[in-house]
Formats: sequence, C-alpha cells, structure tokens
Amino acid sequence: MSTGGEWLRGEGPHHQIVISSRVRLARNLRSRAFPGWAKKAERTAILDLIKPRVEELPEMQDSFSELLQDLSAIEKQVLVERHLISREHAAKSVGSAIVMNRRQTLSIMINEEDHLRMQSIRSGLQLKQAFKLVDKIDSALESKLEFAYDQRLGYLTACPTNVGTGMRASAMLHLPGLVLSELINQVIQAVSKIGLAVRGLYGEGTEAMGNLFQISNQTTLGEKEDEIINRLSKVIETIIEKEHDARQVLIQKKSNTLWDQIGRAYGVLTFAHAMSSKEALNLLSIIKLGVDLGSFPEDRRLPIDELFIDTQPAHLQKGSQQKLNAEERDHLRAEIIRERLKLFPKPDISKMARESSDQAASEPSNNE
Amino acid sequence: MLCDVCKCNDATVFLTQILEGKMQKVNLCDACSKEKGVQDPTGFALADLLLGIGAAEEIEKGSPTQKCPVCGFTQVDFKKTGRLGCSVCYVTFAEGLNTLLKAMHKGTEHVGKLPHRAHRVVALGDRMRSLTENLQKAVAEENYESAASLRDQIKQLEHEIAS
Ligand SMILES: [Zn+2]
Ligand SMILES: [Zn+2]
Repeated sequence: MSTGGEWLRGEGPHHQIVISSRVRLARNLRSRAFPGWAKKAERTAILDLIKPRVEELPEMQDSFSELLQDLSAIEKQVLVERHLISREHAAKSVGSAIVMNRRQTLSIMINEEDHLRMQSIRSGLQLKQAFKLVDKIDSALESKLEFAYDQRLGYLTACPTNVGTGMRASAMLHLPGLVLSELINQVIQAVSKIGLAVRGLYGEGTEAMGNLFQISNQTTLGEKEDEIINRLSKVIETIIEKEHDARQVLIQKKSNTLWDQIGRAYGVLTFAHAMSSKEALNLLSIIKLGVDLGSFPEDRRLPIDELFIDTQPAHLQKGSQQKLNAEERDHLRAEIIRERLKLFPKPDISKMARESSDQAASEPSNNE
Repeated sequence: MLCDVCKCNDATVFLTQILEGKMQKVNLCDACSKEKGVQDPTGFALADLLLGIGAAEEIEKGSPTQKCPVCGFTQVDFKKTGRLGCSVCYVTFAEGLNTLLKAMHKGTEHVGKLPHRAHRVVALGDRMRSLTENLQKAVAEENYESAASLRDQIKQLEHEIAS
C-alpha cells in the first residue's frame, strides 16, 4: 500500500488522454436491510457473511483487507485520493470494510451504500477489460451469496438510480486542449444529452482542477452491460479525437500562448516554495500536456503522473508524523515537487515549433 | 427554503418539471446546482432524477401508512434519504417507484446479466410480490387477521428464499 496502483503506471490504450477506466457493480443480499438502513448489529452480521467470501476469491489472495474502523482518517483519505474507495465509504466505520488486491486494480467495498460495491480499475481506455474482471468476480460471489434480484428490475440497489445492471462504468480523462480552447462546456453539454455524465474530477467545467474529467453512464436500467460500455467507449473515442484536434489548433494558432503556459508551469513548479493543491494540479496538467506534445522526454511522464496523486493532502501527510495545517502542506507540496523536478530538463519547444511552422508553410495565413 | 440535496444551504435554484403529467419541484443551493450540473436547464431532467430527489414526491402516491413488511421502511424515510430500506421495498413501494424509474432510466425492464439462480429466485420473487400486494390491501382494509397471516407467509417465504 506504500505506492500507487498499477493503473497509474499502466500503458493502456490512449493512456495520454485516458488516465484510467473503471467499472463498478453494486450488489445486495436478498431481503436484508441496505447498509444505510440496517442497524449496527445487522450491518456487522452482513459484513461477517460477505467478507470471508470476498477474501477467499482467487483474485484476492494476498489482499489488503481492513475494517473501516481500523483505518486512521489519513489512511482512509489516501484510499480516496487513489480512487480506491468512495468519499462516502471513507466516512463509514463499524460494519464496513474494504478488500483490495495488492496491485490495486480490484477493490471491493463492503457496506458502502450497497452491501457490495465491486470495482475494477485499468490504465487507459479499457472499459471492456475492466468489466470482464468485475463480471467474473460477481459470478464467483453469486454462487456463494444470494443477491437481491428481480425479474423485471434486475439487481436491486439502495438507490433507485443504480437498479438494473447496478453498473457504473467511467473513465478519467485529461483534457487540457479542450479547456484551453474553451470547448469543454460544449462537450459536456453534448454528452449529457445522450444519457452520459461528464464532471470535473475536482470542480466543474472550465473550473475543473488539473483539467481532469470523469465521464460515466447515468442510467442502469433498460440497457445491457456491454451496450452501455460500447456506447461509452465510442463517446470517449470521439472526445479523444476532439482533444487531439484542439491541441493541433492550439499548436498552429496559439503556439506562443501554449509555450508561455508550459514555460511558466515549469518555472513555478521548479522554483516555488508554497503551492496549493489546486495550483499544483493545474500546473502539473500543463506539464503533462508538454510531455504529450514532445517538449519533455517521454520518460518524464511517470514522475508527473505520480505527482498528481502524491501532492494530494492525505498523501502529503502520510509521510509526516503529525497533522499538517494548510500552510505547512503547501510548503511540503512545493518541496516534494521541486525535489522530483530537480533533474527535469527545460522545456524543448523545437518539436512543437516545427509542427506549427510546417503548418504555416503549407497553409498561407489569411491575414497576409 | 433549504436545498433538497445538502439540506443545509438556502436554496437559490428552483426547478420544476412535468413528468408523466405530474409536476415535480426541486430546490437547490448554488453549490449543489453547480455540482449536479443543473445550471443548464436542458440537462436538468436527468441530473435531478439521478439523485433521487423529486423521487420523494413521486413515491407519495402510495398510502402514507405504507411500511415495508420486511424492513419497516416508510416513504417518509425515503423522502429523507433518497435511498430504500431493503430489496423488498421495491415491491412495497412499486407503484410510486415505477413512475420514478421510468423517468430515471432508459427502459423499464432489466435486459442485462442474469444470475445463475435467477429462475428459482424469479419464481419465489413473483410469489413474494403477490403476497406483499395482498398484505398492503389487507392493511388498507384494516383486515388485521388476514394481514397477520400474510406476514407469516412472507416470513416463511423469506426463509425459503434464504435457504
Ligand atoms: Zn445544497
Ligand atoms: Zn424494505
């Protein structure tokens, strides 16, 4: 648990833009009160019933399995920052647990909002593969536990928004091109009209920190699992195309602005001594874009991707003995970033400059 | 007026929509309306229903004394949390939920994965459904003797399903 999950290091398809893909299934035991309604004793009884069944799965050999009451506030927050448990689950205590594999690609929350929330995480755009694993886990558990299922409504969940497949498939996208070109809100609106949701991972729309967005299915009833996943994957592929287009336009039409942004991000990250989480995410996003565009060597991608997670508040504090206040955190954050960027080369804009001048040569500007 | 989502800030965004000829109202504070992406009125229907807010008004169509025979959940509880008490609540509150689910989802029937034991479960589930319906009728008619016997049958069926 000392390092981030495998999905962070992965090289999945479209990994420059799609950080991760995840699919979660919600399941409940038949005729037992849902966790939010169950009394403590019943919740604990349900946990005792489910947890051994989860731990004995072949995929969960050598797993990390903890009761929520045994985790400190910082430990829970670290799991939230790695997207391994939900914020809601972190707020739970007696009667709830988390079981995950060492690679941190499979995490099972027991007694979150539903008795079981099973989640598979992959690097890049791999929703189908993520579903395959979680589907296998579900089938294995179903032979040992009786799930609440209705012929007409499918899998029954605490919240009616999850009923049917109980499935939420989502991908985390890095979209600096669309944000810088101010096209992001258009994309968000278009996507929401077809029954999918896009939201900033931290913050909304153009305000989204780190230019990170999450896209997911909104409905779970009346559509097959693979139909939902195919539809979502197609839309994500379209967004990837739009993001690439936006970046090309920026290189060709606003190259000075782009180089300025990359240069400033590099300067501030390398020399600042205090940095908020928001500023760090936004600047790291620009450096990540710089790696994509060839202004930094490809082997610098991983240290940047890791900083996105390692500069989050709980990750900062897990290394230090006492709780840090906001000011102390900002100093520590800047220090960690400076340290990691020590050997980072200066931005090289020659590749981008070539691309933008090639374009200018082949396509005379209208202004002349 | 308080926000329907966080229940702590004052509501500043008031939304109304007509669904199935029924008016639904949702009041949100600034932060929640932004968070749920409802500043855009065209995206509102989904966003609202996603949360299960507005749900409370739908479910009230049933009788106010209605109580889930398995978990004791009532519609007042649903109004508070937007969550149900147990899987049998889906049968207990079927009337109100159906309209809600119809508006919330793409379809009204599950077409995805079936558990292996589905056939057995389905048969027992149908029996449970009719027993629960009869129990509700009996309670409404204040036929306590019949209600008691139905409750026993439900308990027995529960047992059978669990085995
Ligand atoms: Zn609110
Ligand atoms: Zn119930």
